[in-house]
Amino acid sequence: MAERTVVVASRVGLHARPAMLFTQAAAATGLPVTIAKAGGDPVDATSILYVMSLGVPGGEEVTLRADGDGADAALEGLVELLSRDLDAEDGAGA
Amino acid sequence: MTTPTPVAPTEGHPGAGHHVLRGVGVGRRAVVGPVAQVRAAPAVPADAAVLVDGVPADAAATRAALEAAFASVAAGLREQASRATGTVQEVLAATAQMAADNALRSQVLAKVDAGQPPVAAVDAVVAQFAAMFEAAGGYLAERVTDLRSVRDRVVAAALGLPAPGVPELHEPSVVVAEDLAPADTAALDLAKVLAIVTELGGPTGHTAIIAGQLGLPCLVRVTGATDVPEGALAAVDAAAGTLTVEPDDALRADVERRAARDAALAEDTAPGATADGHAVALLANIGTAEDAERVAGPGVEGVGLFRTEVLFLERTAAPTQADQAAAYGRVLRAMAGHKVVVRTLDAGADKPLAFATQPDEENPALGVRGYRLVRTHPELLDTQLAALGQARAETGAEPWVMAPMIATAAEARDFAARARAAGVRTVGVMVEVPAAALRAREVLAEVDFVSLGTNDLAQYAMATDRLRGELADLLDVWQPAVLDLVAATARAGAEVGKPVGVCGESAGDPLMALVLVGLGVTSLSMSAGAIGAVRYAVRHHTLERCRELAAAALAAGSAPDARAAVLALVADEVRGTLGL
Repeated sequence: MAERTVVVASRVGLHARPAMLFTQAAAATGLPVTIAKAGGDPVDATSILYVMSLGVPGGEEVTLRADGDGADAALEGLVELLSRDLDAEDGAGA
Repeated sequence: MTTPTPVAPTEGHPGAGHHVLRGVGVGRRAVVGPVAQVRAAPAVPADAAVLVDGVPADAAATRAALEAAFASVAAGLREQASRATGTVQEVLAATAQMAADNALRSQVLAKVDAGQPPVAAVDAVVAQFAAMFEAAGGYLAERVTDLRSVRDRVVAAALGLPAPGVPELHEPSVVVAEDLAPADTAALDLAKVLAIVTELGGPTGHTAIIAGQLGLPCLVRVTGATDVPEGALAAVDAAAGTLTVEPDDALRADVERRAARDAALAEDTAPGATADGHAVALLANIGTAEDAERVAGPGVEGVGLFRTEVLFLERTAAPTQADQAAAYGRVLRAMAGHKVVVRTLDAGADKPLAFATQPDEENPALGVRGYRLVRTHPELLDTQLAALGQARAETGAEPWVMAPMIATAAEARDFAARARAAGVRTVGVMVEVPAAALRAREVLAEVDFVSLGTNDLAQYAMATDRLRGELADLLDVWQPAVLDLVAATARAGAEVGKPVGVCGESAGDPLMALVLVGLGVTSLSMSAGAIGAVRYAVRHHTLERCRELAAAALAAGSAPDARAAVLALVADEVRGTLGL
């Protein structure tokens, strides 16, 4: 079981576009990945409904867990994604 | 955005056959047109069976039909998204991802496998997620509309029913719905949509956002709107937040007059000037880079107030220099070649920040706010000025910068030194503390320009809390004492030949704008939507006439008298066209 904790950099939090990009990336790993708020229950990180329901604001920590081959590398990629302000990147200003 | 207040759903107008429904308006425009009601999702019994060749399907076929329904709804939404742009596209893409959601689909299928009827299974799982969204509140609660639209589409697709949504519009219409999912909005033939009215939704929901992006007048939270008969004539006034069913001739004429006026005002995009050619720059107030991109264009001569605190709000730590430089750079690029006045962080009082506001202030409006934060958190200002200097270097633009809540010439001098050290060439301060207005000459000696913040100036001159609605008569820029402070500041600017702007809401009031020009104010910055009317008013008066209006206002004994005196002197054409 690989585990990483990261601060969500997107100003709007894990909503809307950031949630969409994150869950797509989580699904693309092909691994069972979960995401949890500090002290909260882990939920399926590939589900936009669960991830949005967490209501994670920008600047808050989340913990990612994954199992299986390549779990460490997969989490590394997801941590890198959450460390960027996804809402401020291309497309968001349209 | 205003917070909606509960009101009676209908209000009789004496002597008139029509009735008025009230809601929260988005935008300013008004239109009249026939109502087109959006078809609600078909009412389906929770135990409705999936039919194959007219007979109820077995478990395996039901499961397959549901899986196909989820897939086709997701694919349809994705296809709609690919044809859309901007916000609409993002909303549709997010809704498509909900329809494709693994958790949603697998939980529904698990219930069906356990013997639940398909509609009941979809409803149960959607209700569970909707409850989680509603419990979170705010932004998420408004996403419940998207979730329900996925539900309605999946159920209709699984049962082979027509997809719910918008009827085909045969003439320009007022589209009315209980709630309008983004997918419904995207399906609208916009050439035939005059306005959008919903019973649910909020002013920050997708319907409102999308209507705003499309420039359509919109009303949300209009109780009773779906009871208006199909085809009934309706007048929608976004500024007033009203929907009038079967409007009388007077109201129809009023709406037509406003539409003609808006069209005429929008056509004139020449720089602001009096009838005799005295230039008065007409600028926009913005809070974000998106605002700058939205308002940039002919008719807007620049940004007179960029409220940078929006970047800082709802954060647990200050944004980095790189983050800020990127945002400032975006604004400077959007406004290429035009003036941009950046106001440094105006936190405190009604705009608290987690990382800077003193928690124990008894009088926050009189406390450590605005420029005064430099006493406790100098790094906030220095980082901000460095970011602005960086944006200047990266874009080649020359931003102006000003500090809020300056009370003394010494503070102005200190701010100017910090800003110039960061590479910003044109430095000014806000005049919103009466002390700064009374000593405007000394303050102006330290900086290149000043900008009057008339809301705070009135608050401090009249000792009246801006947040106390019952004291609104005192908190009025037309108060003679407030006008005196504006006049003193403008006079000092004229004497030393430095610009004196106004960036409070008063600049967007066409009558007050004439007085400000007459007092010697050199630029007016307001919400972009107000610029057309102000341009029109200024264009129809000479500078000399504006001075006469200003003298009449100063000579009045009270705020209502001042306004009435000015109104009586305004050109008839302006009074009529603007409905003053």
